[in-house]
Amino acid sequence: MRSKYEAVIGIECHVELKTASKMFCGCPNEFGGEPNTKVCPVCLALPGALPVPNAKAIELMIAAGLAFDAEIPAFSKFDRKNYFYPDMPKNYQISQFDMPLTQGGVVHYWLPDGTKKSCRLTRIHLEEDTGKSTHAGSGDGRIAGSSYSLVDFNRAGVPLMECVGEPDIRSAEEAVGYLEALKRTFVELGVSDVKMEEGSLRCDANVSVRLHGAPEYGTKAEIKNMNSFRSVHDAIESEIDRQIAVIEGGGRVIQETRGWDEAAGITHSMRSKEQAHDYRYFPEPDLVPLELDRALIERIRAAMPPVPFERFERFTERFGISVVQTTQLVDNPPLAAFFDRVVAICNAPAAALNFVLGDLSRLANESGTPAADGKVTPEALAELIALTEAKTINSKIAKDVLARLWANGGSAKGIVEAEGLAQVSDPGAIAQFVDDVLAANAESVVQFKAGKENVLKFLVGQVMKTSRGKANPELVEALLREKIAAR
Amino acid sequence: MDPVRASAREIARAVNAREVSALEITETMIPHVAAVDEHLGAYLTLTPELMREHARRVDARVAAGESLPLAGVPAAIKDNMCLLGTRTTCASKILEHWIAPYTGTAVERLLAAGALPIGKTNMDEFAMGSSGENSALGKTKNPYDLDRVPGGSSAGSAAAVGGFAATISTGSDTGGSIREPAAFCNVVGFKPTYGRVSRYGLIAFASSLDQIGPFARTVEDAALAYDAMGGYDPMDSTSVDLPLQLTAGHLREELRGVRVGIVKEFATSDLAPDVATAYERAYADLAALGAELVEVELPTAKYGLSTYYLIAPAECSSNLARFDGVRYGLRVDGADVGEMYEKTRAAGFGPEVKRRILIGTYALSSGYYDAYYVKAQKARTRIADDFRRAFENCDVIASPAASSPAFAFNAKSDPYSMYLMDYYTIPVSLAGLPSLSIPCGSALPEGGSRPMPLGLQLASPLFTERALLGYAHAYEAATQHAAKLAPVQMVTS
Repeated sequence: MRSKYEAVIGIECHVELKTASKMFCGCPNEFGGEPNTKVCPVCLALPGALPVPNAKAIELMIAAGLAFDAEIPAFSKFDRKNYFYPDMPKNYQISQFDMPLTQGGVVHYWLPDGTKKSCRLTRIHLEEDTGKSTHAGSGDGRIAGSSYSLVDFNRAGVPLMECVGEPDIRSAEEAVGYLEALKRTFVELGVSDVKMEEGSLRCDANVSVRLHGAPEYGTKAEIKNMNSFRSVHDAIESEIDRQIAVIEGGGRVIQETRGWDEAAGITHSMRSKEQAHDYRYFPEPDLVPLELDRALIERIRAAMPPVPFERFERFTERFGISVVQTTQLVDNPPLAAFFDRVVAICNAPAAALNFVLGDLSRLANESGTPAADGKVTPEALAELIALTEAKTINSKIAKDVLARLWANGGSAKGIVEAEGLAQVSDPGAIAQFVDDVLAANAESVVQFKAGKENVLKFLVGQVMKTSRGKANPELVEALLREKIAAR
Repeated sequence: MDPVRASAREIARAVNAREVSALEITETMIPHVAAVDEHLGAYLTLTPELMREHARRVDARVAAGESLPLAGVPAAIKDNMCLLGTRTTCASKILEHWIAPYTGTAVERLLAAGALPIGKTNMDEFAMGSSGENSALGKTKNPYDLDRVPGGSSAGSAAAVGGFAATISTGSDTGGSIREPAAFCNVVGFKPTYGRVSRYGLIAFASSLDQIGPFARTVEDAALAYDAMGGYDPMDSTSVDLPLQLTAGHLREELRGVRVGIVKEFATSDLAPDVATAYERAYADLAALGAELVEVELPTAKYGLSTYYLIAPAECSSNLARFDGVRYGLRVDGADVGEMYEKTRAAGFGPEVKRRILIGTYALSSGYYDAYYVKAQKARTRIADDFRRAFENCDVIASPAASSPAFAFNAKSDPYSMYLMDYYTIPVSLAGLPSLSIPCGSALPEGGSRPMPLGLQLASPLFTERALLGYAHAYEAATQHAAKLAPVQMVTS
């Protein structure tokens, strides 16, 4: 039954910007803390206080827009969105109505199977966050039945960008892919921490369904209260099922806001559109319109790192790295940047990938220091890869050298030369090691001759040990076979 | 030197020269002001201890060799300006007991220049009104006839200076709230260009129009107070980042070569005969000082009132939303938060404030926004354009500051007749221009027994404060109208 229908989904995200101070005052922009300790006359809306825009927040907005090829207009302005709510100190929110900082743009993203998708952006605009209400006396923290409410204004005035997406998304998986793309892009750019659990990313989904091929959209419901990507996925799935069931049952989907109930796994009606507010937007008279200097925009563009989707295409298509490993790299921007630099020097993406996701990541995990912050420079790793590729050292030695680099820094070549770790490929020298090992392990020779093939591995190991790891293992194996056969 | 009657310049000179201490001035002023204010009602709060504290600080600074432009000058602060630790009410029940936890920029600068805070002055609630009668917390009388209004909204600040209960004071002007009460109380009231004085700490009425300015008994004192308060403030995004041109040392004595615009549409025939005669005389006096009188046209000025009464209420409906009983000020409990809001605001705001919130909410509502708010903004641009064109032919525009001299209490019962008092000041405010009212004679008002002061409004192009105060100074020097009237004797000294 579900296959007859197509879902149409548009996502609106609120993302808290990672600035040192709040949007319109000097209070720290930090999560948590004792209630009402990060406040001042401005963010408490005391009489007579005035907002002053945070220049850094505007720069981060421009970077966010540029990352998605949005248009950055020459002029922008703030507007007041008027409505009463106890956690909104001024009873209006400074937001942007008809002249947002960015217009249009496209979010390119990928699905777990590597399929590339895109979703157009309507706009990204800048506003301020509200405080947080806590409802007490009802037992479950809900407003219904509570006897009083407490408000914490620490979050009030934190810069918030609202990303409005076009209804280009067709499934719950795509919704998650889209959100992951936003998240990894904002993290890469340093625009936001994007922590759903701390509320620095909050999103609503507008969901409707229609028969495949239908020219018009169905009636949409707006889904709220989703606090993880998993819950976004599940809420959308559940809502698609609900709407299809309504239609199949001969009913009509009504336009409303619905809340996701994580525990029950369903959405429930919160309010219908008839109760919608008239926000009485008008230009914020306490702020002057923003004139965006082209030179500033170009400076921001020039300083921007590659966006994750650009890496995704390069890694999968040029380097032939798997979607899973690419995603792993791209989701760790400093590591991806480190990897990019290593490859730029040594031009051996496969080997670089093995080191970066393998031994380097293991060393990083064991020590607790992020891989890209350690003493191993991209130059040193590139050199190590070059030594390995040239068979100057074998992979076992390479591991050791990497461990030394991790512990003390320095250059790979320097360590190999200082410690005489270069691989021994001289058959004469290796023959001596082999003879010694065979003499000391007569028993094993007998076993091998009796057909126990895996004894050879042990003997190779013994030779490597005797050579302190430097012998070329391929030569060792060949010589062992030759010399045992000759006995 | 009598600190009650002396000018700010004289007081500051004497204090800087250590002929008298700021504390001595303070100890003279405190009992005098208390006695006068029994009759005048200019103050909502007197701050004698704070005044002494500032006086000691000024004396210490002077003793350390500093010279302060307003050293020891007793100053009254309008009660919509935050002053740390003092009650700041906007003359509203909703803020009746609110103590400001910070000091606004203009007041901070005034005090830093050596001024001494006498107290906080009464006003029309949230600066909405033209008579002072909209105060929810007190009745201020006109020092020149205690049966008449002092004008508004800066009622107490004008009355205090006019009644010698302060040397200078701060006012705020949105559509005439400095100039009209200045005219009624025989003092100089100066509204600088929008953006010249920081609004940080000024409790907003209409953000795009509100501007702080001084009251004084002389142009020079107004200039000194403006020089102290004005200038860019990073805390106010709408304050102008231009170097402040100091005015006090640059005043002039004549008007040779100055073209004074007389507005064709502001015919003196609209005024009472006595009043008309006084203004015609004032224009002639300007000419006698060497000015060339030129007729200028402001064809859109007649739309000023209706434009203003859309824009200002729209902004106030939003600005006053924060008074909700949640964080500070009056709270009247209700069954739920919505009822708490309703009861708090019903009890906390007076009728004129409620009227303007309603008008503004309506004007911004979906479906009406374009027809009212957007159209009013377009009209505002046209009015500003008219002034720009007029200033191609003149340097300053002269007009009445108010439609009549001070009227009796309760004389203007319908709001519109009250709004008409600001007919001449509102277009200037909409254009953001610097302007002032200066005493220009008197007239016997309707039903009055004493001649009441009149004010001449002078308005000049944006950011020409120095020139404007210069013209006013020349007129003042030649006419000395303020000295021709004396306030009612309120205390026997």
